[in-house]
Amino acid sequence: MAVAMPKLDDAVLARRAEIVAGLKHIVPGEGVIASEEAMRPYESDGLTAYRALPMVVVLPETTAQVSAVLTYCHREGIKVVPRGAGTSLSGGALPLGDGVLLGMAKFKRIRAIDFENRLAVVEPGVTNLAVSQAVDHAGFYYAPDPSSQIACTIGGNVAENSGGVHCLKYGVTTNNVLGCEMVLMNGEVLRLGGSYLDAAGYDLLGVVTGSEGLLGVITEVTVRLLKKPECARAALLGFAASEDAGDCVARIIGAGIIPGGMEMMDRPAIKAAEEFVHAGYPLDVEALLIVELDGPCAEVDYLLERVQEIARGCGALTCRLSNSEDERLLFWAGRKAAFPAVGRISPDYYCMDGTIPRAQLPLVLRRMQEMSAKYALRVANVFHAGDGNLHPLILYDANEPGELERAEEFGADILRLCVEVGGVLTGEHGVGVEKRDLMPAMFSETDLKQQQRLKCAFDDSGLLNPGKVFPTLHRCAELGRLHVHGGQLAFPDLPRF
Amino acid sequence: MAQNVKPRDAAEVEQAINEAIAGGKTLEIVGHGSKRVIGRAAQWDMTLDLSGLSGVTLYEPAELVLSAKVGTPLSEIETLLAGSGQRLAFEPMDYGPLLGRADGGATIGGVLSSNLSGPRRIKAGAARDHFLGVTAVSGRGETFKSGGRVVKNVTGYDLCKLLAGSWGTLAAMTDVTVKTLPRAETERTMLVLGLDEAPAGKLMTAVMGSFADASAAAHMPPTLVKRIAAIAAADGSVTAFRIEGVPPSVAHRAALLEDLARSYGRLGTLDEPSSRELWRGVRDATPFAAGGPSGGRDVWRISTAPASGAELGRALTERVRAEVLYDWAGGLIWAALPPSDDAAAGLVRALVAERGGNAKLIRAPASVRAVVDVFQPQAPALAALTKRVRESFDPRGVLNPGRMWAGV
Repeated sequence: MAVAMPKLDDAVLARRAEIVAGLKHIVPGEGVIASEEAMRPYESDGLTAYRALPMVVVLPETTAQVSAVLTYCHREGIKVVPRGAGTSLSGGALPLGDGVLLGMAKFKRIRAIDFENRLAVVEPGVTNLAVSQAVDHAGFYYAPDPSSQIACTIGGNVAENSGGVHCLKYGVTTNNVLGCEMVLMNGEVLRLGGSYLDAAGYDLLGVVTGSEGLLGVITEVTVRLLKKPECARAALLGFAASEDAGDCVARIIGAGIIPGGMEMMDRPAIKAAEEFVHAGYPLDVEALLIVELDGPCAEVDYLLERVQEIARGCGALTCRLSNSEDERLLFWAGRKAAFPAVGRISPDYYCMDGTIPRAQLPLVLRRMQEMSAKYALRVANVFHAGDGNLHPLILYDANEPGELERAEEFGADILRLCVEVGGVLTGEHGVGVEKRDLMPAMFSETDLKQQQRLKCAFDDSGLLNPGKVFPTLHRCAELGRLHVHGGQLAFPDLPRF
Repeated sequence: MAQNVKPRDAAEVEQAINEAIAGGKTLEIVGHGSKRVIGRAAQWDMTLDLSGLSGVTLYEPAELVLSAKVGTPLSEIETLLAGSGQRLAFEPMDYGPLLGRADGGATIGGVLSSNLSGPRRIKAGAARDHFLGVTAVSGRGETFKSGGRVVKNVTGYDLCKLLAGSWGTLAAMTDVTVKTLPRAETERTMLVLGLDEAPAGKLMTAVMGSFADASAAAHMPPTLVKRIAAIAAADGSVTAFRIEGVPPSVAHRAALLEDLARSYGRLGTLDEPSSRELWRGVRDATPFAAGGPSGGRDVWRISTAPASGAELGRALTERVRAEVLYDWAGGLIWAALPPSDDAAAGLVRALVAERGGNAKLIRAPASVRAVVDVFQPQAPALAALTKRVRESFDPRGVLNPGRMWAGV
């Protein structure tokens, strides 16, 4: 593990047996897991390069139990790491050796479906896909669709502000949640928002969404439901150069078209995907675009024609339109299998997640090729082209000494490049532990301190998911001090309390 | 006499706030002051006028992004976007008519600080959903940034969301970045005439659950219909739906909506210019304009569950003699009440609480705003958290203290 985690608290570890007993008192039966063997499945999340056994795993079933567990841990000074399905790609749910892993998997109920108000009230352990499945019969769905949607949970989606391939048109999690119930580290239970659009007061739900489990534990979520589009069709467009594909994307948006999905793959990704699923991708192109239009059939047909014209104008070598649902799904099959496809051509791969201003794509791809040569590691790219979210897949072999470290350095260089060209470190996977130490590439010390002060407003003990997101931990008392700048203080020597 | 400070750039904003901190002064933050009378009637030592920070600094239509200094007039941004066939999709309302101020007085900073939106809120979201990046000076006198200039970003806490709708109580923003989107090629509005609130509410619910994909849905009782020129000729109430998009799509969805609505009442349609006029009127709540027949009434803005809107509106009409305008398919209620000492705050909030939602007193004399909660009161745990959040940005209470809640 290349990243330093908070120092283990020996005093807490020495009290492990007592703590396990205390937790069993709150969550009876099989809700407390303390044996090493049974805790093993919780030792990492989707970022498997990082592993740690928690001190103990607790699986509460009610908000009251969550509140009691947090109250207990707050009082006893015990760290807590919340976890949904553990699909985080940034180590957001990485356990702490002296911490309680609070698994929310038993919160599996869909509490209410309200088609009139187009919303559903669900517990955080419900999977993303299960929400859509529960409302499918009435022609509704829940829009954010991270690629892990079969496994990832709504609670985790809120924590990470998850996106998906359709988010340019339909938004990410934060645009699709209306309310939540959450428990603060001190055990207080709060309700934010509800069954209406504009919540009162500060938009705390907006800041809790994407807070990576550092501000509170979500125990219920109210999500918006959307009507499923009547039709969806896709265009498969191949280009001789990534510049042409980028130009095509810009012109589609310039023409006022916001596709439901717009994905790009580079040559190595195309080749790996085609060899894996035989989607019929052209192998003689440098860049492939999948452009999906959804909505009323009349609109989709009309806009798809326009997209085709634009693509031809950009010198597309391949231009195929899906003429059946099977064909549309086939176009997507390669893209959706891109990660496992790359997994077939390399023992291991490391998935990055920067976002860039789209116009910078050719430059970023070129610089990435130079880095690829420097680090002697191959890279394949899949790209949410509409919103500039880039997923470079760095190919390496963990059994080769030094390759993982090289891959991590390569990845860090890519993310620094993203920031350098005006982009950001992470578009949808989160900072977690993975990108924690890169935060200073994007934020100043002042920026980070202000964020940490906000953390203190929610959790002044710093016990909730410490070691994630922020490269340096500060005590809240220290952060709270007011430093007056620039010598404007009338009486600089006056004692202040 | 309150002192007025007008910084010319972001560095001077930081300086001004540091001076206020050092001098133990409080600051009222204003752009062009178009929403100055919204909020609790509180007193501040000095005014921090941000209108000197003006100008668009970046606009890249193909990237769907625009950055501007915080005091840039909204109208300047909207004109610039229109030139590239784009717009702010959340359709920010203009409080000018309602508050008796000049039209078009908003700045982009004010729009974001108050998390404005308009009828398209139901489809496109509010200002907070389009707010990508910010640089601001906290009440600690420190310049910080959050977010970025790309539309997809989860790096660090999303402080843009928190600043949106914080009414200048956390930080003074200096530079902002927002998402822009293409304008619809065409629009049309379908009218259903003569419905009472209850069937209008049912119809709006049905339309929002259909493939019609309306970008606005509103209901106006007869009295209010007469006050919007685009529909003034209608006899009785009007329930209106806006359909936007490319021509074949608009035609298809309008036909679908007609099929759905035919059994409810008589149908009508508005062409593009009239449609724009109608929705500008709904957006700005012009039936309650300060200069109009209801100009003396107190105005509440109520967010509730859309399907409860009609029933809540009915109750407000009966219990507090409100005139009611329904937007957001019933989810937004503008209620204008006869003048009183307390704007009937207790009863209004009790009626809202029964159905879920919140109520903000947008327009009332200062004497009323001094004695009732203008913003929705909060449960103790939430109020305490709100106070801590405020203090994490502004521990001394320098920026707009008391504007949202007493003591915050």
